[in-house]
Amino acid sequence: MIGMPGLMRLLGIAALVACGFLFSGYHLFQLAQTAVYAVAIMGLVVVTGTTGQVSLGHGAFYAVGAYATAILMTNFGWPFWATLPVAGIACAALGFAVGLPALRLSGSYLALVTFALAVAVPQMLRAKALEQLTGGVQGIVVTAPDVPFGLPLSQDQYLYLVTLAVAVLMFAFAHNILRGRTWRAMVALRDQPLAAEAAGIDIARIKTRAFAISALFTGIAGALAAIIVQFVAPDSFQPQLSIALFVGLVVGGAGSLAGAVIGAAFVEFAPLLAEQVNKNAPGVFYGALLVAILFVMPGGVAGGFRRLIAGFQWRRHKPPSMLAKQQGGTAHAE
Amino acid sequence: MLNRRTLLGSAALVAVAPVLRAHAEDAPGVTAGAIKLGNTNPHSGPASAYGAIANADTAYFNMINEQGGVNGRKIDFISLDDAYSPPKTVEQTRRLIEQDGVAFIFNGLGTPCQSAVRAYMNAHKVPQLFVATGADKWGDYAHFPWTMGWQPSYRTEAAIYAKYLLNEKPQSKIAVLYQNDDFGKDYLLGLKDGLGAKYGEMVVKEASYETTDPTIDSQAVTLQSSGADVLVTAATPKWAAQTIRKIAELNWKPLHFMTNVSVSVGAVIKPAGEQNAAGMITGAYQKDPTDPKWANDAGMQEWLAFMKKYMPGADISDNNHTYGFGVSMTMEQVLKQCGNDLSRGNVMKQAANLKDLDIPVLLPGIRINTSPTNFHPIRAMQLQRWTGKGWELFGSVISA
Repeated sequence: MIGMPGLMRLLGIAALVACGFLFSGYHLFQLAQTAVYAVAIMGLVVVTGTTGQVSLGHGAFYAVGAYATAILMTNFGWPFWATLPVAGIACAALGFAVGLPALRLSGSYLALVTFALAVAVPQMLRAKALEQLTGGVQGIVVTAPDVPFGLPLSQDQYLYLVTLAVAVLMFAFAHNILRGRTWRAMVALRDQPLAAEAAGIDIARIKTRAFAISALFTGIAGALAAIIVQFVAPDSFQPQLSIALFVGLVVGGAGSLAGAVIGAAFVEFAPLLAEQVNKNAPGVFYGALLVAILFVMPGGVAGGFRRLIAGFQWRRHKPPSMLAKQQGGTAHAE
Repeated sequence: MLNRRTLLGSAALVAVAPVLRAHAEDAPGVTAGAIKLGNTNPHSGPASAYGAIANADTAYFNMINEQGGVNGRKIDFISLDDAYSPPKTVEQTRRLIEQDGVAFIFNGLGTPCQSAVRAYMNAHKVPQLFVATGADKWGDYAHFPWTMGWQPSYRTEAAIYAKYLLNEKPQSKIAVLYQNDDFGKDYLLGLKDGLGAKYGEMVVKEASYETTDPTIDSQAVTLQSSGADVLVTAATPKWAAQTIRKIAELNWKPLHFMTNVSVSVGAVIKPAGEQNAAGMITGAYQKDPTDPKWANDAGMQEWLAFMKKYMPGADISDNNHTYGFGVSMTMEQVLKQCGNDLSRGNVMKQAANLKDLDIPVLLPGIRINTSPTNFHPIRAMQLQRWTGKGWELFGSVISA
């Protein structure tokens, strides 16, 4: 998607807005949920896709974002939109703190530290000290915002459009981050940490910053989830959620924002598809589908498309220099 | 004039009429020949052992369909997996209602999962019938008139213990150990319901623990020093086993009431020591499929025949299968009572109009009763005592 002319992007957004009027009820809920997962996976693109730090704990940020919104709306009567920045900033702060061990750990060790977070957070949400706020195991029933200004929309349509708007904004935000100096520093860090440091990149700052920004994205996704699901409880954020987000990242294509959207669609729809194919062993079909995608498209679905396009252009006798650019760089290279 | 065409035409109209009526807005999910029911259950994930309940429900409705259905309608039962994850429950429940067009949701499982959809179900006026959870909140007919539980709630169970104590040991001094969450607190509420004004006098000590606590040792010591001669324990299996072991170590011999949640021989009593648990009391409402006492019982014979024919190879010691059988039979009765009016309103009305329904897998004397002001179908239990080798029922059925 990125790198396409602005017109194409506008058309894409228009198509997504149109979905809000073509579908209804349950399907809009699924589309909104997909948009939420896309924002969450964008967070992983920032930290895992670019700096190469593996996180299996982003479900924790998602949970914190969701609870921040649920608590502010239910206990303090805040309007939904006002809770978004709070959810984002709270998660960014938490992400910064989690980024600190990332300075000393890497690879599988870091993955385990973050996974510990995913396991610990649902338990912490049950804690007695926080029960006044979190509602303990019972969780919090969130009342979704009403359609404002008497707009002729159903609540599902309104929630979908709000989620879509936030997702598009976050996409643009991520797109900007992934073009600037910080992104180049992150990639340098992933590919050649020693050389990056020698070139004057402050590794500690970049790593912790990447984690903080990443957590901000996933936290905002959680905040959106709170209003579309209209319920949060510790059981909503089991460790499997973190794994699902990671699967979405890899399936979509770890380095690409468009991949985040594709990965989100996989996270949302693949289990449903699997259940329809075989009700008794949906896990088997899901696993097979996952392996097949990774086998056929090792760079994720977005990577697969890029290679297809590159191959197509090769046949159309495009100048080799352009091909090299398409194949070599990630989607964001400009 | 009456000719063949008009005759055929009116015959067709008569045939189509019930279908048209069934498609009317007040009875979604109902056709002339079938009614669609939806369900969510953890078929995958850590809680997937409960999937046995939905499997038993499915098998039961297969049996009904083979026998011709209810009032001539087949039951089309759709059970979807929610992996015990509330957001997934919301999604699957909405799919069942909005896409699959079910008449209502039956026997959805899990307190957090069903809590997540309760507001939605009630806002859309879709019955959420006989939810598979023991929380007390499912009987709140005033605020959630479209939601109903089935099994005795924790609160009902505690009220039954209180009633027994008032009758048999009115001078006793009671200590309570409870898990500090809604599950544990339901027991305190139930004791208050049952003891009434005497609560303050009879309950001499309450102690709670957190699921993050490594042991309950200090709580056990505190409770013993209160001088209590009755202990009511509302603990999940791990802490229940610790409690049984610790009070044996302390040589404290109170009359010990244990929550029905933690009476598994394998998970609680064996780890705690079978002799340590001797004399412990709990409440039961179903016939235990492993108890030889029921070998010749007509009700359990009926259930075994069902298992053999419709769930061949399934574990006949798993009480989730008796549970599924019992709750599905209750559902069948509601549909029977509905007759031809399967509108959501009438389904709810009939669910709240069950009178002395006898279910073969429930203990003798325990009947299902509901009314517009009673959304707790099972409100009675019989006590049983651990002899050191097995559970032994005693006394009569006690109603809360």
